[in-house]
Amino acid sequence: MKTHIIPAIRLTLVLLVILSVIYPLVVAGVGRLAPGGGKGETVTVNGKVVGYTLVGQKFTEDRYFNSRPSAVEYNAAGSAGSNKGPSNPDYLKTVQVRIDTFLVHNPGIRKEDIPTELVTASGSGLDPDLSPVAAKIQVARIAKTRGISADRLTKLVDAQTTGPLIGLLGPSTVNVLKLNVALDALK
Amino acid sequence: MYGLTVLWAIPLGKYIATVFKPGSANGPLERFIYRVGGIDPTREMTWKENLVALLTINAVWLALAFVLLLFQGSLPLNPDGNPSMTPDLAFNTAISFMVNCDLQHYSGESGATYLTQLVVMNFLMFVSAATGIAALLLIIRSFLPKVVDTVGNFYVFFVKAITRILLPISFVVALLLVINGTPASFDGKDTIVTMQGDTVNVSRGPAAGMIAIKHVGTNGGGWFGANSAHPLENPNYFTNIVEMVAQVLLPIAMLFALGFLINRRRFTWVVYGVMTLGMLCLLIPTLVTEIHGNPAIAQLGVSQPTGAMEGKEVRFGPLASAYWSILTTIISTGSVNSMHDSSMALSGTMELLGMMTNAFYGGCGVGFLNYYYYLIIAVFISGLMVGRTPELFGRKVEAREIKIASIVALLSTLLVKGGVALAAWVFINYGDADWVVKPSAWLNNPGNHGFSEMLYEFTSANANNGSGFEGLGDNNFFWNYATGIVLILGRFIPIIGPVAIAGLLAQKKYVPESSGTLPIDTGTFGLMTFAVIMIITALSFFPALALGPLAEYFSLN
Repeated sequence: MKTHIIPAIRLTLVLLVILSVIYPLVVAGVGRLAPGGGKGETVTVNGKVVGYTLVGQKFTEDRYFNSRPSAVEYNAAGSAGSNKGPSNPDYLKTVQVRIDTFLVHNPGIRKEDIPTELVTASGSGLDPDLSPVAAKIQVARIAKTRGISADRLTKLVDAQTTGPLIGLLGPSTVNVLKLNVALDALK
Repeated sequence: MYGLTVLWAIPLGKYIATVFKPGSANGPLERFIYRVGGIDPTREMTWKENLVALLTINAVWLALAFVLLLFQGSLPLNPDGNPSMTPDLAFNTAISFMVNCDLQHYSGESGATYLTQLVVMNFLMFVSAATGIAALLLIIRSFLPKVVDTVGNFYVFFVKAITRILLPISFVVALLLVINGTPASFDGKDTIVTMQGDTVNVSRGPAAGMIAIKHVGTNGGGWFGANSAHPLENPNYFTNIVEMVAQVLLPIAMLFALGFLINRRRFTWVVYGVMTLGMLCLLIPTLVTEIHGNPAIAQLGVSQPTGAMEGKEVRFGPLASAYWSILTTIISTGSVNSMHDSSMALSGTMELLGMMTNAFYGGCGVGFLNYYYYLIIAVFISGLMVGRTPELFGRKVEAREIKIASIVALLSTLLVKGGVALAAWVFINYGDADWVVKPSAWLNNPGNHGFSEMLYEFTSANANNGSGFEGLGDNNFFWNYATGIVLILGRFIPIIGPVAIAGLLAQKKYVPESSGTLPIDTGTFGLMTFAVIMIITALSFFPALALGPLAEYFSLN
């Protein structure tokens, strides 16, 4: 023990310099060259920052494409999921309420067409995306609220859709913030 | 994704083998570190001395981490003004990161500072992974024909694991993350006004480097509370693949490295086959059940075109989330890209089983150490079945080795089930105890699922995994101390045990393998080992699983 304690402390100190000082500083340095300068990429409208591209935000108004439910109400300084188990009766009641609310705001939509992601909370509480299906099911409502043709809105969703990686891997996604910025720019 | 991992793991294994070949050269960086550290890299040590060295340096880290976490609120690099940790939380967190587990009873955004994230978490991620790799290298001599008293030099293995393996790979991964939008600068929280007019604070920080080593070193502790489900921690499907490959890469590569070092490739392939078979047994049911969706939600009448989505992110979907949830539990990373507490009951069972066996690939270095004690038991049982003296690579396995292996195997059952029993007892009898979180408010879900939350927490602590059914209210005196103790025993006993067995075997007379030896590099013996792993796990944990996730599964379907 005694013969090892001094080398242990000295070794720890030199490794601290390499791993906790030099390594993160070099990564931060490279980050300056990345989009957003390593501080996170932002979306700007009329010179004002309205959000971070990757960090989802709350959209609940009828005139916007709504984002998914969030266990932390899109608090980007306290990410978390709901951690509700699949059989929890209180949780199933919450989902039922979300379904009913969605049907009230989107008359004419059949219950069996609501994709589950619109009534379940994401893992981070900050999910920035929707699937194209979940965006398009909101088109009729937005068309009515804004007086824009459903056709143009569907095309907008298509234009904002990111396909799978190299056309093969993973789901198609629509970034809700970018979609809504583009929606405001229509007219 | 998996194919990609294996494709890279084989050449990487070869490279690792050359790094650690006896007598391989030290570069200028290593020589500098040895000189500053006051270490003689040529000195050979016995297994006991190596273990003392390993435990001593771990104790130094523990003390350092504990003090820093306790006073982090008053130390520099705290732009968000986060508070210091309470003693019980600091105790738990310091141990958790030192033992490569990264169970987190705090959230990174509000519970840690940039200083502690870098000097405690990020630092311990590197050194704990290197400790695991070095521990594995300490058992290698027992596979070689020469009779020896010394098993190598822990410090050399440890330093080279960092400079030659962990640091370069982490750097590449960090760059890929940064390019895709993970933050790396030291700026604090940003405040924005959203399109709907809400004012929101956005947490950031020098995260990319830590997220890289969190996977490369199979650590798993997130920069942000939501871990790799957080869009800044894991921005898109590409980074998801990068992080996924990064965490499975070393566990598999270490296996191949072992094969090259002891020159027994056939044996390595058998071990690899057993581990892969184990993985598939857990993975396939999980994929099926997650794609199928939640039967209780199906009853509410909405469509589940992409499967179960509670706790999952749209950009990954249930497939990539289910794959991740199994890989992260079998290899002891414990990072998550979906919330396991909300996964389907059958998936929960598989995640628990992954941690209970903890030897299908397993963590950096320690995965094979876990497999090793199963191997000793398998050799012993097969030896008895065919009436031959149990031998491993020309060395007789005798009572002392079997005793050590059995104690290691049984201890994990005791820690997990003993812990859960104690928690359940407190929950029922002292529900109103006046603690920070009342025991009656611990659980986020009622019934069997609530029991699963407690079972998962202790299983994860014992396996040094670090994922959780995060609904559990675990930041309080009981859970911080109870899991802290389980963490430390669950880490060092399975390191000390196998290293001791190997050290004892290496001193024994070497008898060349002959027709009288039970061959251990055959498919038959592989199946035997698989059966031993499954039987030990089933006997140890089936009752607990039946009360938790299995009961929930049958009530749901």
